[in-house]
Amino acid sequence: MAILINELTRIIVQGFTGDKASFHTQKMMEFGAKVVGGVTPGKGGTMHMGLPVFDTVKEAVDAVYPDASLVFVPAPFSADAIMEAADAGIKLACCITDGIPAQDMMMVKRYLRRYPKDKRTRLIGPNCAGLISPGKSMLGLMPGHIYLPGNVGLVTRSGTLGYEAASQMKDLGIGVSTSVGIGGDPINGSSFLDILAMFEEDPETDAVMMIGEIGGPQEAEAALWVKENMTKPVVGYVAGLTAPPGRRMGHAGAIISAFGDTAAEKAEIMRSLGLTVAKSPAHLGEAVAEALANKPAKKKYVSI
Amino acid sequence: MDIHEYQAKELLANFGVPVPKGGIAYNPEQAVYRATEIGGTRFAVKAQIHSGARGKAGGIKLCESEDAVRDAAADLLGMTLVTHQTGPEGKVVHRLYIEEAVPIEREMYIGFVLDRKSERIMLVAHPHGGMEIEEIAVSEPETIIRQTMEPAVGMQAFQAREIAFALDLPPAAVNRMVNLLMGCHRAFRELDATMVEINPLVLTSDGQLLALDAKMAFDDNALFRRPNVSELRDQNEEDPRESQAAEHGLNYVALDGEIGCIINGAGLAMATMDMIEHAGGTPANFLDVGGGASPERVAMAFKLVLQDQKVSAMLVNIFAGINRCDWIAEGVVQAVKEVGVNVPLVVRLAGTNVDEGRAIIDASGLDIITADSLADAAHKVVAASKNGKVA
Repeated sequence: MAILINELTRIIVQGFTGDKASFHTQKMMEFGAKVVGGVTPGKGGTMHMGLPVFDTVKEAVDAVYPDASLVFVPAPFSADAIMEAADAGIKLACCITDGIPAQDMMMVKRYLRRYPKDKRTRLIGPNCAGLISPGKSMLGLMPGHIYLPGNVGLVTRSGTLGYEAASQMKDLGIGVSTSVGIGGDPINGSSFLDILAMFEEDPETDAVMMIGEIGGPQEAEAALWVKENMTKPVVGYVAGLTAPPGRRMGHAGAIISAFGDTAAEKAEIMRSLGLTVAKSPAHLGEAVAEALANKPAKKKYVSI
Repeated sequence: MDIHEYQAKELLANFGVPVPKGGIAYNPEQAVYRATEIGGTRFAVKAQIHSGARGKAGGIKLCESEDAVRDAAADLLGMTLVTHQTGPEGKVVHRLYIEEAVPIEREMYIGFVLDRKSERIMLVAHPHGGMEIEEIAVSEPETIIRQTMEPAVGMQAFQAREIAFALDLPPAAVNRMVNLLMGCHRAFRELDATMVEINPLVLTSDGQLLALDAKMAFDDNALFRRPNVSELRDQNEEDPRESQAAEHGLNYVALDGEIGCIINGAGLAMATMDMIEHAGGTPANFLDVGGGASPERVAMAFKLVLQDQKVSAMLVNIFAGINRCDWIAEGVVQAVKEVGVNVPLVVRLAGTNVDEGRAIIDASGLDIITADSLADAAHKVVAASKNGKVA
């Protein structure tokens, strides 16, 4: 099963013909992702890497029926590309681009809510490494060989720290059901909580690791949700214990985030809500192994 | 990106926000001339640095004559001001803003900020302005007034009126407040700000509202479409190494420790710094080489880190996804040959093209300590920093 993507997911790439997009599309296809075409305005009707190129996302939808889009468009045009995917009815869009203006993302989030829930695009990112269901498919640019297929869900802000966790887990023989990079921007498409809720529903995921960072309310919100709703064990880590407090001018930022912004505070919130917190970034794999070992046995349904 | 008070006031004035009369001065003569232009007998001479709490640090002087303005200007220019927002090294005053001093009836606080929780622009306001607003937010959070703005339509007049009445303004000042708040919000939207703060916003004894101080910060990611904002950058206010790093696509922050770091990805960079501390060392810097780092960019990163005299060992930790280990390895080899790395160097590579990367390091014949894992790398670099072995 995994979440969000699997071997059947039909993928298009927006900004398809760019150098970086081509390089990573190649890697995705080598990994087994089912890429069915791409969009570059003005190059519609041509072929690229043996796949059809379209001028608009709607044309791509009509011709090749994609489920997901990888948005690989430069930052000034990314918000537009995400909204185009949403309007064309693409179910899942993953935006890799970093450096998108924050107010563009504010408008994107508002725009996505125009559509009823069952027709709404699920956005992952921006400023993320994408997502991968090892052994099945990849929608992003992670190095595929560091993941072992398995039953632990991984959700991280940072792409590279997600790689670190996956490779520590692989060294211990632990595999990943799906790894999702939600991205490091202040406003992003999907939160920790959104992804945790999907892992909770996924029968192939037995435990989850979430790796956060300093800044923002998402880790604390997710930890509270875990305590109240989650039956699977969740292991946490928050990077930035040694990061200096950000320099800033003015008071407004401090007023709206009185507590819970530092890594130490977030780790403490996680612990107090019953999550296991890895004792250092070199213990991410070990912490997951311990959580799996201590996990209560699955409920057995006995027919009478 | 931050700007000065006088720049923020100029921008906000264009959006209809009332500000006291004032002008910029770079020397005492200009300061006196500004005072003559403004007229009257009471002036504020204000140091222009990118920090709040300037008054407490002695950066704002009230003067009652032109001679006093000249003396205050002479005192302030060249002075180093230290506030809790500048850090211990403080900031040197290069510019002054000379402003009419107004008779104050009441001081209030208003601030617009991009709220990560609601993912909207939020206005926070308080009936008492001044320095203590952060403490009030902790001790009496219920007294903070908040409004969030619907992104599709922006701030509405009724929201501004609600704030004006909640601040208990006299009826005559309510419409002035509405215009002021709507102006700030328009400036926030149209200039891609991340913060607009007026503290204090004053009600004068004749019923006028005036922005006595103003701060604005802007989204670096949006400067490409805001040339009128990006030209307000003052490089004197920025750490020269950080500006140099930014020009080369690197994200660098100087810290106090002894272990220089070059890492890809902000999250892994922070985790590596945590791990260095866990292993008994302290990081000298945060440096994210970013995605798609070329050998030239890696060499530049070495130069930046090694400018710091405190660095006694270096750690390169790359987990390549969008990056490629072979490019990073070439950059490392190039840097060691060109820049001359005179401290021990530990390199840990993983991810895309890792075998090619390791082969390049091995074939170089340079004295580079390699590490297999994050823990291994952190322990090796801390040990090397204590032994002082040279690469």
